[in-house]
Amino acid sequence: MTKNLRVKSSEYIDETNRISFKFNGKTYHGFKGDTLASALLANDVHLVGRSFKYHRPRGIMTSGSEEPNAIVQINPGTNRTEPNVRATEVEIYEGLDASSQNCWPSVEFDIGGINNFLSPFFPAGFYYKTFMWPASFWEKYEFFIRHSAGLGKSPTSSDPDIYDHRNVHCDVLVVGAGISGIQAAKISAKNNFKTLLVDEKNELGGSTIYENNEFNKINNKTPSEWLKKEIEELKGIKNLEIKTRTSVAAYHQYNYLLARENLTDHLDAKDKTNKIRQRLLKIRAKKVILATGALERPLIFNNNDRPGIMLSSAVKKYSEFYGVACGSKNLFFTNNDSAYESALSLYNKGINVEAIIDIREQSESKIVKKVKEAGIKIYWSHTIVDTAGYKRLNSVSIMKLSNDGTSVTGSKISIWCDCLGVAGGWTPAVHLYTQSGNKLKFDEEKKVFLPNQNTSEQISVGSCGGDFKIDEIIKNLNHKLKDTLNIKETDLDNIKVEIDQENSKRNIWLLPSDKPLGKTKPFVDYQNDATAKDIKLALREGFRSIEHVKRYTTTGMGTDQGKLGNMHALGIIADTAGVKMGELGTTTFRPPYTPLTFGTIVGRNVGKFFDIFRRTPMNDWHVENKAQFENVGQWKRAWYYPFNGETMHQAVQRESKAARESAGILDASTLGKIDIQGSDASEFLNRVYTNAWSKLAIGKCRYGLMLNEDGMVYDDGVTTRLGENHYIMTTTTGGAANVLGKLEDYLQTEWPELDVYLTSVTDHYATASLCGPNSKKILKKIIPDLDLSDENFPHMSFKEANIGNIQCRIMRISFTGEHSYEINVQASYGKDLWEKCMEAGQEFNITPYGTETMHLLRAEKGFIIVGQDTDGTMTPIDLQMDWIVSKKKYDFIGKRSLYRSDTMREDRKQLVGLLTDDPNIVLEEGAQIVSELNQNPVEMLGHVTSSYFSPNLNKSIALAVVRGGKDMMGKKLFVPMENKNINVTVANPVFYDEKNERLNA
Amino acid sequence: MFLINCPYCGERDQQEFKAGGEAHIERPKQPTELSDDEWAEYLFMRKNIKGVQFERWNHAHGCRKWFNMVRDTSNDEIKAIYKMGEKPPSQ
Repeated sequence: MTKNLRVKSSEYIDETNRISFKFNGKTYHGFKGDTLASALLANDVHLVGRSFKYHRPRGIMTSGSEEPNAIVQINPGTNRTEPNVRATEVEIYEGLDASSQNCWPSVEFDIGGINNFLSPFFPAGFYYKTFMWPASFWEKYEFFIRHSAGLGKSPTSSDPDIYDHRNVHCDVLVVGAGISGIQAAKISAKNNFKTLLVDEKNELGGSTIYENNEFNKINNKTPSEWLKKEIEELKGIKNLEIKTRTSVAAYHQYNYLLARENLTDHLDAKDKTNKIRQRLLKIRAKKVILATGALERPLIFNNNDRPGIMLSSAVKKYSEFYGVACGSKNLFFTNNDSAYESALSLYNKGINVEAIIDIREQSESKIVKKVKEAGIKIYWSHTIVDTAGYKRLNSVSIMKLSNDGTSVTGSKISIWCDCLGVAGGWTPAVHLYTQSGNKLKFDEEKKVFLPNQNTSEQISVGSCGGDFKIDEIIKNLNHKLKDTLNIKETDLDNIKVEIDQENSKRNIWLLPSDKPLGKTKPFVDYQNDATAKDIKLALREGFRSIEHVKRYTTTGMGTDQGKLGNMHALGIIADTAGVKMGELGTTTFRPPYTPLTFGTIVGRNVGKFFDIFRRTPMNDWHVENKAQFENVGQWKRAWYYPFNGETMHQAVQRESKAARESAGILDASTLGKIDIQGSDASEFLNRVYTNAWSKLAIGKCRYGLMLNEDGMVYDDGVTTRLGENHYIMTTTTGGAANVLGKLEDYLQTEWPELDVYLTSVTDHYATASLCGPNSKKILKKIIPDLDLSDENFPHMSFKEANIGNIQCRIMRISFTGEHSYEINVQASYGKDLWEKCMEAGQEFNITPYGTETMHLLRAEKGFIIVGQDTDGTMTPIDLQMDWIVSKKKYDFIGKRSLYRSDTMREDRKQLVGLLTDDPNIVLEEGAQIVSELNQNPVEMLGHVTSSYFSPNLNKSIALAVVRGGKDMMGKKLFVPMENKNINVTVANPVFYDEKNERLNA
Repeated sequence: MFLINCPYCGERDQQEFKAGGEAHIERPKQPTELSDDEWAEYLFMRKNIKGVQFERWNHAHGCRKWFNMVRDTSNDEIKAIYKMGEKPPSQ
């Protein structure tokens, strides 16, 4: 079956460079410059895939990114496999392996093809209608639906390739390098605008580069000759950067565009490794010139989807650009002059053209005459009513079209053919234009949607702006460029254009057949198998909005997003519903224009860069000592240090006991630290904390609670007065950035009169927290000349001291209830400090403990953790922390909210302690609390916020928020769990050392 | 993705900024004098209009400065940017 359909050497195909590739397991040959599609066509392979719903055999339809049918799986079974790739865009390379999708066992014999014969049972909305009842069967349906859904197969192992992102700034971005784009880029760059020209193809020139219509002349040359010379000239222009194989995926506001640059996909398999495969360009352009061209649209007639039925422009491109004949008996079907150019192009290469079927009554243009002279038969006012050939087109039947175009008359003529080029007119590619937020208008005469406006930041030129003839293109391009770039003259002023192009066109959205519509299959969306009758059914069932019809029929919802058929869908809806297309509007064109790989989207942010994290200066020590880590905000914090195969529970119990019995050490470097300076620093703290700060003596520390303006607890921490106008504030680990942001907000916007400066110093200091009855002795060993007596260095005070040459700030503060010191040193000395503490503490069995033990120890003392025991709905009163709310201060953030009627309710949830009647049962955090077991529905009183087994009390303890809990001391409540109800008693949340005697022990 | 002209740094990408809600809502100087309703008005009530809106923005991943922006929420056109404390431009 492999015959060579290569008809003529093409300058874009390197016939000295023969490339072998595999398709569906079979080896074929092509040449450097071929796409997978052109190489397959050269081997006479048209059948490349199966459609989504009916599994109908499908072939290559187009020559570009709009391809709906020829989507293949690249390199199946490897870690570089990629599904749903358009064969028309894949440049072949040595080692390429591709296969068909959506077929089993093979594309030649596909079991799913049975759906084609069952198609009367699969109308639009089939799934919605069928799988509704009974509701309990959904799980069974889902299994089958999931099985039949999807086209290609996702890779199952990780992507071996490297992807990259790059920010690009330019004065002018030109999208599309056809005749308009080339000229726009050239003129822009010559006028000193930093210009970037991008095109999705590997060659510049668009379709004009192979435009050899002898009746069109630019400066007395054919358009292709002329454009080739122009492209040659681009090379010498500075200010101009050209990127090929680069597809603009998205056009956002403020001229921010995303483009995918393809760097290695066309290289031989062996040359792909260790190179960046694709790069996402994030482009900010001062001006954007869209020159995205137009897409040819098909015609909608019965069985218009067989392999061998292609766009007329594609047939021409394969012949002119790739030197491939798509068939040996070619036929064209058209409503305008485009097909005649294609037919003539084939004829000039000696490729047989059987006939042209034209739904128009006539056309008098030179090119039509030329076709007649060539002896090609033209059937005027005829339409195709049916086609035949299951896996490859073998004939079409045509009939005479009635005057009004709604029916057919006369007798049927059969024409043998193996390739049909269809030309239904051109649709401007306005996708990017609409993505940028601008509106379209409908041009009744041309039957196209066009950009409604050009602005100083954005213009649409060439056929995407509605100009289809070369003279119009050049003329309008010239004045648009002058306007937008504000220039007086251009190279285009003196160009001589002769053309013979006719715009005459007869537009019929749905062509009639001799059979009733219900017995035909006129496909509108090829990939999703949506036909004209599905659209009409949707309208009959009451759908009116184009967006609804789209979703109900799945028209335009494939990987091609309906680039070919959307206009017909709109046209059919408008005709059927009797509305104007302009009023109907279009569906929304959303990014990306063509699919992007996940790799391109995430770029370098994979693996350990996926979500960045912060490590403390002591991190290496924790790792060496087998710490388990937990994520706190962005930080990796030591969670617990299991010894000799201990479980987490065992490790935490041991660490907790050691910290209270002798000495423990915690890495507290992650706490947020904000340096506060300025003559109004004390006043500022007065306004942001609930308690009073003006009388805090230099060298003293104070615990503070910070509220939101709504009165809810926001953050807490100890702040130390270092000098008259100098404080250092600590915040929670997770809240540091937000606290700084909030404080800045108040300083800049509400209280700009305050002389206060904030600096984040979290990363500048490392902190070791030494606690336990022997902490004092350990510190004494490290800093022998510091007087640690309670008189000189009492609880809640601060000293500066030196360990050797290392300066440190020491706060005697405690989060565990034990005698405790927090030692701060410059971050780079953190590990050194830690090791010194460990060495000095060895004789006291100093025990490193992690965040879990820290949580347990503070829970024994009833200290809250903001974010664990609070959730943004707890006031300090709810937390039974009335003592920290100043009654004397006139104002502080959140004060007024503390006596709103809602915050003063007695039945708010309040923080209490909870003890289980069985001391061995540890409650689950988050468990619900009730007072009645037999109520229905049962009233939830609150939930457990913190819960541990305390080794120091030898029983379980918990903190909880309970509605009206403050007045429930000693009350019996229940925590209902899945298999049991746990009896609990409300208790004082301070479980351990209520009198704080250990702080001075 | 907006291009925002920070009054202190110049044009920067939107991802460097954080939106901070409606602008020109001054914190009452004497909150204790206010009724619950008056305080709630300050605390909770914000406009969410289709059209020209006055907003606060923060150059969070830059100079950390707050400033005001006039934005048309229907098409995201930024009409004006001015510093905190400056008078809003007349419409």
